[in-house]
Amino acid sequence: MPLLLRGGRVVDPQVGLDEVADVLVVDGRIDSVGSDLELPSGTEVIECAEKVVMPGFVDVHTHMREPGREDEETIASGTRAAAHGGFTAVCAMPNTSPVCDTGSAVRFVVERAEEVGAVRVYPVGALTQGQRGEALSEMGDMVAEGAVAFSDDGRDVQDAGMMRRVMEYAKAFGATVIAHCEDESLAAGGVVNEGAISTRLGLPGWPSAAEETMVARNIRLAELTGCRLHLAHLSTAGSVEQVRIAKERGIPITAEVAPHHLFLDEQAVISYDTNLKMNPPLRTAEDRKALVAGLLDGTVDCVATDHAPHAAHEKELEFEVAPFGTTGLETAVPLVVTNLVSEGQMDWPDVVRTMAVGPRACLGLPEVRLEAGQTADITVVDPEARVEVTADWFASKSLNSAFAGAKLLGKASEVLVAGQCVLRNGKVIV
Amino acid sequence: MSGLSCEHIMTVEDMTAEDIELILDTAESFKEVNERRIKKLPTLRGRTIVNLFLEPSTRTRTSFEIAAKRLSADAVNMTGSASATVKGESLRDTAKTLSAMACDLIVVRHRYAGAPQYLAECMDAHVINGGDGMHQHPTQALLDLFTIRREMGRIEGLTVGIVGDICHSRVAGSLVPALRKLGARPIVVGPPTLMPARPDILGAEVANTLDDVIGELDVAYMLRIQMERAEGMPLPSLREYARFYGMNSARLEAAKPEMIVMHPGPMNRGVEISSAVADSDRAVVLDQVNAGVAVRMAAMYLLLGGAESAAAA
Repeated sequence: MPLLLRGGRVVDPQVGLDEVADVLVVDGRIDSVGSDLELPSGTEVIECAEKVVMPGFVDVHTHMREPGREDEETIASGTRAAAHGGFTAVCAMPNTSPVCDTGSAVRFVVERAEEVGAVRVYPVGALTQGQRGEALSEMGDMVAEGAVAFSDDGRDVQDAGMMRRVMEYAKAFGATVIAHCEDESLAAGGVVNEGAISTRLGLPGWPSAAEETMVARNIRLAELTGCRLHLAHLSTAGSVEQVRIAKERGIPITAEVAPHHLFLDEQAVISYDTNLKMNPPLRTAEDRKALVAGLLDGTVDCVATDHAPHAAHEKELEFEVAPFGTTGLETAVPLVVTNLVSEGQMDWPDVVRTMAVGPRACLGLPEVRLEAGQTADITVVDPEARVEVTADWFASKSLNSAFAGAKLLGKASEVLVAGQCVLRNGKVIV
Repeated sequence: MSGLSCEHIMTVEDMTAEDIELILDTAESFKEVNERRIKKLPTLRGRTIVNLFLEPSTRTRTSFEIAAKRLSADAVNMTGSASATVKGESLRDTAKTLSAMACDLIVVRHRYAGAPQYLAECMDAHVINGGDGMHQHPTQALLDLFTIRREMGRIEGLTVGIVGDICHSRVAGSLVPALRKLGARPIVVGPPTLMPARPDILGAEVANTLDDVIGELDVAYMLRIQMERAEGMPLPSLREYARFYGMNSARLEAAKPEMIVMHPGPMNRGVEISSAVADSDRAVVLDQVNAGVAVRMAAMYLLLGGAESAAAA
């Protein structure tokens, strides 16, 4: 059925658009953008006054947990959480059980997403077999089956020589390598930022240097090999600075930052709340400010959630033994609107740049523009919608949110994937 | 007599200087009880105290057990492994189980930092932190303060060198802020490989060699070196450690004549403390052990409202 998104603020800096207009969607594609459009008979109208209509958001860093931990999240529940959060596509990280390190494992994700997915799922394959950092994975097979990038996320390849071979081989298939930057000999079992908070709480520290040395190494290897490198979840001011310098030198790298690193700092951990235990850990207020500045000035290309669902009984353990990670798909947009847009640090074209255009560019995903003929992957945000982050609000199967209890402003109200409405009036309808 | 401002003995940061002084003053009277032939008071009769020791410990557990029994509480020891994956029960369930048995006070020793806080959140009983991971060991700090006060006549204005593995030491984690609260000057001493990231956060000055500060110290507090995990990293050898950081007769010569030497035990003779020093009258190690029972009696008594029941009696 044709759909008309009527009267919203239509924003897409890719085509120089920022005006109140209608968007007509026919047969999964954008038919036209403008006013007084001629509507085919039977067009369903979605009122978008006071809302913002943008190219569909993409999360390049999602842990779907399927296969292996379907009690925590599945492709079905995870893509519904994505739709609820305003995303039209997610990139599924390969640290499942078994690890997604073969063509058939990639095909499973692709097929499962086709069967039960509410939004698009782009599989990310493992860089090395079993993510053990010892042997190249079959990247060619995985690309052939639909993998869009490669990562050993959750770990970094510790051996520099191996990382070089990984990048060289990935380059042959035009694939981007996503690096989780962590020198394990320096992080050494750390669970919180090394510094004031680790000293105060008596917890093992995970120093900024453990990330920054690997950021430096990985940038140099990208320069050496010419492989496209994307740096996952930057957490320190030093990492942002290195990315800034590398980009000035023309090295082919991109970078993401997670909402929890943008909007929380290490002081939050003082309660030993395990929902605030993540890898990399929450850093200092100065790091947090540098990450926001990097996102605003374009050094950091995109916001990525690092959505990491965990079972309640595992997060209810002692801080040192609880697993790392917070969910993020559903809170990302409300957090960006509340903390950056409402505060005037970001305008909507910046939101499009960091949540729709940037993520696709980082991994070379198909572009989506708000113009005639384009695939109708569209996110509509209601900036005035009130969100209270409570257990029953989540579509995700897991509740381990670092932002539990937060009261936020702004939420996706509609999400269209290839013209099909999967979120309507803020409710998932698939 | 007013009571404690805190519901638990969790961290030194949670306590006021008045709380600390109240415990030390109360412990003075219990110390006198401990010197009697019949060392028992009826104060906590009918109250149940569980010593939940989820990390191996003999000395501390025994000290708490004796303290509880001398106050006539029903003291029960519960030991086990800290990790839920080994034990098969989460700390939360253990807390709820003990809560269901209507225990009044839980003393918890745990391998992981923050576990006593978590336990307290899950149950109604009072909690005494008997040492959590690398975080805090507040009753050790209290008994150390008690010992210092008795030996030196005061705490305020004293310079206390805490020497050794500061980074992994919950003893230092509590003693440094406790000394600061009572107006003393703590200096942590050790190589940077044994230092936490930010000792200044705890309120300590830092010295990297003992000889730099030995002449200033009123108290030298020697921490135990974990011998099984020290050699190679973070220390090249125990021999070198003893040479630069150990308390021996030569260093005692260089120190103020009234300086006392403390150690939380058990001692590694010949490593952090020489045998001659350990057996000298400058060492107050056994006074610390003795103070431990009195201070723990005081903490239990004050937490369980002993002040009111004693006043009524």
